[in-house]
Amino acid sequence: MAFTADNLARAREIVARYPVAKSATLPLLHLAQDQDGWVSPEAMEEIAGILDLTPAQVLGVCSFYSMFKREPVGQLVVTVCTNVSCLVNGGPELLRALEDRHLDDDDVHVEEVECIAACDLAPVMQVNYDYHGPVDAESAATIIDEYKARRRTPRTISGTRVDAGATR
Amino acid sequence: MPETRIVTTRLRDHPEDSWTIDRYLATGGYDVLRKALAMTPEAIQDEQVKASGLRGRGGAGFGTGQKWSFLPKDVYPRYLAVNADEGEPSTFKDHMLVERDPHQLIEGIVISAFAVECHLAFVYVRGEFALGYERLTRAIAEAYERGYLGKDILGSGFDLDLILHRGAGCYIAGDETGLLSSLEGERAMPRIKPPFPAVQGLFAKPTVVNNVETLSTVPHIIDRGGEWYASLGVGRSTGTRIFSVSGHVERPANYEVELGTPFRELIDGLAGGVRGGKGMKFFIPGGASSPWLMPQHLDEPTDMDHVQNDLKSMLGSGAIMVFDEDTDPLLVAWRLLKFFAHESCGKCTPCREGSGWLEKILYRMSHGLGRPEDLDLMLDFGDNIVPGLNAPFAQTTICALGPSTMSPIVSLDRWFRDEIAQRMEADARRRIHVPVAAAGGGR
Repeated sequence: MAFTADNLARAREIVARYPVAKSATLPLLHLAQDQDGWVSPEAMEEIAGILDLTPAQVLGVCSFYSMFKREPVGQLVVTVCTNVSCLVNGGPELLRALEDRHLDDDDVHVEEVECIAACDLAPVMQVNYDYHGPVDAESAATIIDEYKARRRTPRTISGTRVDAGATR
Repeated sequence: MPETRIVTTRLRDHPEDSWTIDRYLATGGYDVLRKALAMTPEAIQDEQVKASGLRGRGGAGFGTGQKWSFLPKDVYPRYLAVNADEGEPSTFKDHMLVERDPHQLIEGIVISAFAVECHLAFVYVRGEFALGYERLTRAIAEAYERGYLGKDILGSGFDLDLILHRGAGCYIAGDETGLLSSLEGERAMPRIKPPFPAVQGLFAKPTVVNNVETLSTVPHIIDRGGEWYASLGVGRSTGTRIFSVSGHVERPANYEVELGTPFRELIDGLAGGVRGGKGMKFFIPGGASSPWLMPQHLDEPTDMDHVQNDLKSMLGSGAIMVFDEDTDPLLVAWRLLKFFAHESCGKCTPCREGSGWLEKILYRMSHGLGRPEDLDLMLDFGDNIVPGLNAPFAQTTICALGPSTMSPIVSLDRWFRDEIAQRMEADARRRIHVPVAAAGGGR
């Protein structure tokens, strides 16, 4: 999906900040993901055009970073930490419970994540990059359902606060 | 023993609004910037920062003033890249500083940029820190509005632009040169040194890369003097440090203490000891990359040189992980190797291949399928990643991720060799061996 006119203008403004255009690769991938909910091949081609790179170069960078989703993943990305401080505090059990709960849920994508620097909250999860912890399977499920029902306002799946305006 | 709070004072005293410009100004914020801009860059570098003995708080512990002094004379432009890509497992101090005191970081950046005569700085903030990114974005906008960033800062004639750059989920972007690759729009693959970033860094220009906690400390050094800072701490480990204590402790949190404070004060004192009154099996003193220590080391001081030279470990990123007596060290080692294998960027063969094999072997060892020879097998081929298997690291890889993969395994060998040998023997005996031919297999 192509950038909207607004986002294309924003993309050009981001590129202009950097001494070398290629530096804007990650910011533009985030912008595309904010707009579309994933990073499509078309988006990578468009970014390549803006930055004077090949689509393969953009794909090579995009596929290296775990926050970029190259297929649609739904509205909510739930990441559960299982690294050591969470490991000894029930992280793996939490991950398994949430994976099972949302196995056939098109709106919620559950995945394991490496240490997200909130070990005082172990076991910790993020919902579209907002932190929640310590949580167990039950309290985590309640929180996720609140996001699904929009009683909590989620960020984009790239972690951008939509109501915060131009935060990029 | 209480904490010695310097960089965490504001966020602890005013948890309700420590990140706002109003609170920052009400607590003396940006006063030091005025003072610094009236000094010469040389005076800040030599009389303050070098004299303070401040060492990098990201993990390597290199002298900050010394790092700055490596910039070649009269080569411009120069860049300052701020490393806010905190990802070392169980480290959560920079996350806190970015979220809860962004203006302190910005003030440190402006002073440091002035000291190294740089006019364009970047903050590389970890992609997952959504709130931190939001607060820094706002803080930077406020700093521009009020003349702490931009042209002719506070009428001094000094210009500085600050670009906030978001990562996207990648541990190795927190390596100094990996960060520069990522900031240039590449995969975050570390680069071979030399050339060092000070000579050829970002866009092949002289570049200083400093950690968030390091730069957040700089305003306090200017405020109260390099000598004052050097009077805190022990030996060459001057000042205070934020230790992230987590795992099986009663009160996991960040604690800022003078360097040299014994581990026991942090773990048993401030963090309340091992949870549920249990005994401790072992602890990791400086992030996933550091070799493990044992209960008998609790009274050792948190002195960077002592921990490295005498205890054969390191204070690294300041993340202390505590594990109770019921913890399976093999399971912890396996999870750490799973992390390293996942985060290996793939550039150097010993790390790319080695981390994956180590993870596989530790998986079987921790899940009842290990073999008696497995520990020695790992030490044997691990020697090709870390020749000599010793810290400080020898390495056959470009960056420190390669040798870090062996820290958990060297620790298993150092502290749990007999326990593991018995367990592997028992596991091997317990397994039922079905002859391949009898099972209908073979070819």
